[in-house]
Amino acid sequence: MYKIVRKVELRPTVTLYEIEAPLIAKKSHPGQFIILRVDEGGERIPITINSYDPEKGTVTIIVQTAGATTEKLKAMKEGDCLADFVGPLGKATVIDGTKKVCIVGGGVGCAIAYPVLKAFHDAGADVHAVVGFKNKDLVILEDDFRAATSVLKICTDDGSYGQKGLVTDALKELIEAGNQYDEIFAVGPMVMMKFVSKTTEPYGIKTTVSMSPIMIDGTGMCGGCRLSVGGEMKFACVDGPDFDGHQVDWDIAVKRNQMYHDWELKKHEETCNLLKKEA
Amino acid sequence: MARKANMSLQKNPMPSQEPDVRNHNFEEVALGYTKEQALDEAQRCLRCKNRPCMEGCPVMVRIPEFIEKVEAGEFEEAYQIISATSALPAVCGRVCPQESQCEKYCVRGKKGDPVGIGRLERFVADWHNEHVTAKAEKPTPNGHRVAVIGSGPAGLTCAGDLARKGYEVTVFEALHLAGGVLVYGIPEFRLPKAIVQKEVNGLKDLGVTISTDTVVGRTITVDELMTEQGFEAVFIGSGAGLPMFMNIPGVNYKGVLSANEFLTRINLMKAYLPGADTPIIHPKKVAVVGGGNVAMDAARCAKRLGAEVYIVYRRGMEELPARKEEVEHAIEEGIIFKTLNNPVEILADEDDNVTKIRCIEMELGEPDASGRRRPIEKPGSEFELEVDCVIMALGTSPNPLIKSTTEGLEINRKGGIVVNEDGLTSRENVYAGGDAVTGAATVILAMGAGKTAAKAIDEALSKK
Repeated sequence: MYKIVRKVELRPTVTLYEIEAPLIAKKSHPGQFIILRVDEGGERIPITINSYDPEKGTVTIIVQTAGATTEKLKAMKEGDCLADFVGPLGKATVIDGTKKVCIVGGGVGCAIAYPVLKAFHDAGADVHAVVGFKNKDLVILEDDFRAATSVLKICTDDGSYGQKGLVTDALKELIEAGNQYDEIFAVGPMVMMKFVSKTTEPYGIKTTVSMSPIMIDGTGMCGGCRLSVGGEMKFACVDGPDFDGHQVDWDIAVKRNQMYHDWELKKHEETCNLLKKEA
Repeated sequence: MARKANMSLQKNPMPSQEPDVRNHNFEEVALGYTKEQALDEAQRCLRCKNRPCMEGCPVMVRIPEFIEKVEAGEFEEAYQIISATSALPAVCGRVCPQESQCEKYCVRGKKGDPVGIGRLERFVADWHNEHVTAKAEKPTPNGHRVAVIGSGPAGLTCAGDLARKGYEVTVFEALHLAGGVLVYGIPEFRLPKAIVQKEVNGLKDLGVTISTDTVVGRTITVDELMTEQGFEAVFIGSGAGLPMFMNIPGVNYKGVLSANEFLTRINLMKAYLPGADTPIIHPKKVAVVGGGNVAMDAARCAKRLGAEVYIVYRRGMEELPARKEEVEHAIEEGIIFKTLNNPVEILADEDDNVTKIRCIEMELGEPDASGRRRPIEKPGSEFELEVDCVIMALGTSPNPLIKSTTEGLEINRKGGIVVNEDGLTSRENVYAGGDAVTGAATVILAMGAGKTAAKAIDEALSKK
């Protein structure tokens, strides 16, 4: 069992959980993920690692409440235990040698972007970041981002904070302003990553995306996380989760991720009703 | 009075759920022999002096001896004989391909049916599980520690054999539940999960520690197990790996999945139960591509979810690699066999939902390298099957996790771990067996490999 040692509601639908998992904390690297199950009978869901503390033996994740399982997770308290917490899974992000990088994060994807951003910063790279949120109330990790970047652009869909508009527009402005990036690292909703890749492609800037497809075991057994990358079949859990954004077949990936969408909506509603009753 | 064998040419039939009942539920299909049937079947054994049946058993169960005990009504004694060499009697009695192993060599099979060895094994194991509650005694520790990677048939067998000799064994399992393919792959209706759990608990009684949620190669490496955790030997029984897909257009559409994924959702995650947290598609018409046991399992599961199911296989009925019994069960349950057909494309609507699978008819030509007649396309014979789901059951390719994180571990051209006849790898004190070595094979072959390695580990460590 994996104890929740700290739980912080960052925003009404975004929660940070610090989990006791010493073996995983010791092995984690930026860009990797874990798979958790809230309780017996629960679904296995992949969540990218936000931070890890090998000395304390804890791993921190930031989760947006978006479905039945994340709703159940949110109902857990500090001191409660998760049934399962497995990792670190996937390959770590390659940081070495990059001198100037722009991190693009969307929504709760920023939680995932943070350890990568910090690793680039700690390795001596000049780090810029463009982060996007729906509105002011959903902005997270601003101070953390600011501390590790030389340029930070915050975008909101409705303009309630930072600049109004899409992260792709802000990214384009930075590129057009003459910033010579060695790499763009994008993490967030698949559609966002797709358009970041489309934005950078004409400039020929290396663009890495952190994919989050459907997955069960996370160790290369189920094949649910397969993607078409450069015309080849790749498995996000063992070959990724980072891939060359210019090589990913986005149209297939985006649609495939919706495979269980209707079911998930229904399940989410059921779970919310159940949790309401219990409360 | 001298014993007279029962000379009936037929095996006692296995009592089973009716096909049209069972294809709507996930309960076990075969119900097991009654005591009377078991006694009767045991009398069919001729007690051959040279015991040809044993030669066909990868773990060398002393078959005539256990059958003799069954005939005498001494079922627990029979169980002790089986369990002396087999770590998983209740499992083997259900999923072993006896027709190509022990029963293949049974003298009775020359004229009529061979003795129902598998059915008797199952009867004995179930009798034991039902009547004997005494826990296995924990052997005296011998002070040696061994790590086993993977809790499938190879790992469980290796762990059990070593634990019985007093080794302190820890089994590392990546998933949240022990059992490997026995829990995620083989469906409940062929192998109830309570039986697997019982076998795993039996190992725990022997002192085996099961560490779930531990991905060797990620959470911890083989080298760390030996240097930091003090294990003197490691057995890798991590199973086969990445599922294979056909290289045809449309393979990534919604509704196309590997048999591994489909079966894992059903068997491990119990997605078929109402109220389950894990989603599963409930297709109307399914094409399962492939002809092995996994294809049969996937097809029969899809049927139980309410679908009309086709098996699409490029060779003929005779060439199906699945066990005959599984094929017969599938036919009885209403699975439609589209043999001598091969998919060439999967079609979908504008939302990428699968709508059809385009196939081409095949005919069999000259034998290929594997000795099987090579399927050849019949030009111009393409046709379309309306389906909303395609399940690929084409086997697996080895998992890269352990080999990529264990330096000096030799791998063959196909990605399997290279071992010698004792199961020893190119690394000192590191052994391997099962699908991780051979690629996808059977439960009992994996058990045989686990057994061989356990013996070799014992010989190596007891010299220390």
